[in-house]
Amino acid sequence: MQIPYTSKPRPDTGLYNAKVGLWLFLASEVMLFGGLFSAYILLRTGHEGPWPRGWLSVPIGTFNTMVLISSSISATMAWAACKMGQFNRFKMFHGITLLLAILFLGVKSFEYRDKLTHYWVETKSGVVADGHLVKKTDTEVVLHGVRTSDAAVLYDRTSADYKKLHHEEITIPTADIKKISNYQPKLNIYLSLYWCITGLHALHLIGGILVFGYLWGPGSSMWNRDRERFTNRIEIAGLYWHFVDLVWVFVFPVLYLF
Amino acid sequence: MASSNAATHSHAHDHAHAHDDHHAPTGFWTNYIFSTDHKVVGIQYGVTALFFMLFGFGLMMMMRWQIAHPGEALPVLGPLLEKLLGSNMAGKGIISPDLYNSFGAMHGTIMVFLAIVPLATGAFGNYLVPIQIGAIDMAFPKLNMASFQLYFWGGVVMFTSFFVPGGAAQAGWTSYPPLANAIPTDGQTYWLIGMVFLISSSLLGSANIIATIIQLRAPGMTWMRMPFFVWSQFVAAFLLLLAFPPLEAAGVMQLMDKVFGTSFFLPTGLAVGGDLANISGGGSPLLWQHLFWFLAHPEVYVLILPALGIISEIIACNTRKPLWGYKTLVYSALMLGFISFIVWAHHMYMTGMSTKIATFFQTTTMIISIPSVIILTCLLLSLWGGSIRFNTPMLFATAFLPMFAIGGLTGLPLGFNYSDIHLHDTYYVIGHFHYVVAPGTIFALFAGIYFWFPKVTGRHMNEFWGKVHFWGSLVFMNVIFMPMFSQGMGGMLRRMSDGGINYLLRPELLYMNKVILYGAIGLALAQIPFIINFFQSISGGKKVTSDNPWEATTLDWQTPTPPGHGNFDRPMEVFRGPYEYSVPGHQTDFTPQNEKPKA
Repeated sequence: MQIPYTSKPRPDTGLYNAKVGLWLFLASEVMLFGGLFSAYILLRTGHEGPWPRGWLSVPIGTFNTMVLISSSISATMAWAACKMGQFNRFKMFHGITLLLAILFLGVKSFEYRDKLTHYWVETKSGVVADGHLVKKTDTEVVLHGVRTSDAAVLYDRTSADYKKLHHEEITIPTADIKKISNYQPKLNIYLSLYWCITGLHALHLIGGILVFGYLWGPGSSMWNRDRERFTNRIEIAGLYWHFVDLVWVFVFPVLYLF
Repeated sequence: MASSNAATHSHAHDHAHAHDDHHAPTGFWTNYIFSTDHKVVGIQYGVTALFFMLFGFGLMMMMRWQIAHPGEALPVLGPLLEKLLGSNMAGKGIISPDLYNSFGAMHGTIMVFLAIVPLATGAFGNYLVPIQIGAIDMAFPKLNMASFQLYFWGGVVMFTSFFVPGGAAQAGWTSYPPLANAIPTDGQTYWLIGMVFLISSSLLGSANIIATIIQLRAPGMTWMRMPFFVWSQFVAAFLLLLAFPPLEAAGVMQLMDKVFGTSFFLPTGLAVGGDLANISGGGSPLLWQHLFWFLAHPEVYVLILPALGIISEIIACNTRKPLWGYKTLVYSALMLGFISFIVWAHHMYMTGMSTKIATFFQTTTMIISIPSVIILTCLLLSLWGGSIRFNTPMLFATAFLPMFAIGGLTGLPLGFNYSDIHLHDTYYVIGHFHYVVAPGTIFALFAGIYFWFPKVTGRHMNEFWGKVHFWGSLVFMNVIFMPMFSQGMGGMLRRMSDGGINYLLRPELLYMNKVILYGAIGLALAQIPFIINFFQSISGGKKVTSDNPWEATTLDWQTPTPPGHGNFDRPMEVFRGPYEYSVPGHQTDFTPQNEKPKA
């Protein structure tokens, strides 16, 4: 007894089981990220005061977008190679996808680290200092960044505008600090959304990397046992991968550009 | 899995591949704990869900005691509670308001997410959908196993939360922030983590059921030959698949609010206990309500659709005639599925929603009552002129119809914002949705258990004790829930641990709290024959004399009893619709779906 249509498509639906399952899974994923983006829209439209804009590096985000789009192309090429029966070519393209995915996460963790060393300090005298931490002792905090009494310039800006602001080494005595926080999720609602959405997206990438890694390594022995089923696995892993890319294509403008 | 013809690894097989051969598992662990067989998974779901249902019922009993006798020590269980949960929760055996809130929140959570939905979709869906469509298993057996394991561990997390510092979640099953964040207990965090488990479980399960129905129907099993039960599972699975993820997103956000101190749902200027909360602010409590009800309204239809499916099978079989309006039922179920996604804000009329938005949601809410009434009417008409066999499953099924109707019709005043303003958050609401779910869905589930028990175990449950169980349940369900309408209209609010003594506008309604308590005790007693009957019949019930003891038409009765691994002893092919009962000229009064037409 065998479960039918595990690799051959069912004639009336034209699909094999795993493909149906994956599309259903993706439909639920659309609703998951749809929920998050709805939250973004509702929180932003209901927001009072300036919305943080230009807090992320657009060049880095663009670069990462390119990395993911390229990985989508190589994922498709790997599947095509399977279809043509070229195992070595598959290994190459599939490996490229993996490396690009890891590169993306590397860049992303660089961005995360940057956010965690970036501090926002409000003093009792009404000055806001915003910059990367240089030194922190019991008596003082030293940042390298911008000092201003008009916090609005720090909120709504482009990253180019921000660069034009005067950067300097700022020393703030601890006694003068009213509020100090790095760019962690709870600093403001924008950063909460940023960490939540990109974090969930990164988890999806990690999941994808595990699957791709398995299919490149131990899982690829199925090529010799059951070529068609293996090709199907590559196809549905690729479908998932395209979806993760697509989510990023929405994440990038929403969080980096708008 | 081992391979029987792995030698032929060309990719030109006609059928599925050798390494995917569907062997019966061996050994205790693979047989009973990590089984991939849909029937075992279904039974695992069923037993676990029944346990949780009993547990949730127990919580309710303790709450009813507290409402009827506020401030009095709980008899029998009081000292035990104090020992287990500490004296600040149940000092001297008296349920504290905090503990009452925990019980309320966890009663709702457990009944919806751990008892009824898993029983309706996890147990009945898993066990019956493949055998009703003539498949040998679900499309993804391993995912099926994973789905159950996630559900089980989600349940364990929820259960454990009673014993963490601060006790279990106390903000209602809806977990509205900022209340949910303001209560100083870790239980809320456990609740959220448990929910993430349960949501993931239901995603795997529902995708599996849909894929199975799309892909694994036996030859000849066209869409309009599927039993209505399969259709109801199909629509319910879509609701779970698409409505749950936004709540998962919301759960992750509330978890971040709890753990990382973000403010997704906490507004600027929030004061807790008179002091300004130390939060970053900028969030929106309404956002949670929207995301929550976007799931929780479709969830209502997840509760009711499989119940309607079970009832349809039982009514068709026990009236010995086809369902009245099979296609109408199918289209109504589909309509119900679609519209259930656009009614959610009728739970939120009291949030200061604009009248324009309220009008939209009132309109959709009234529209969704149309397919519900169509389904109910079809089922009622199906009884007309039938020679009805009043066995236990049929008693539950026929009682379901008026009970569900009471539940549905009392919902209409809640669907209009002007009447909802008066009734919102009162016992009227409690009465309304319990009529839908308790004597509604739970009766259907009981009916299903009595009906399919012979197929699953090969033995009948005892009819006499079944009838005792039925009449007891029917009477006491109404004793419990009917007074709640009066209390609610009299202004008694829900979620009051003192039973409304200090708030009730009409104190003369308070005596009903005692009536309801006696009803609850009666209902508990009425379940005893069921529990004994259930376990006793597994080994001691009357043996079935054929594979098709009810003389039903659908494919689930064409399997050996109980069905072995792979379900069927011969390949199934379907030639006719699901309810060919009493066909003129046919020698029996039922024609199985796989019976070949005469040439």
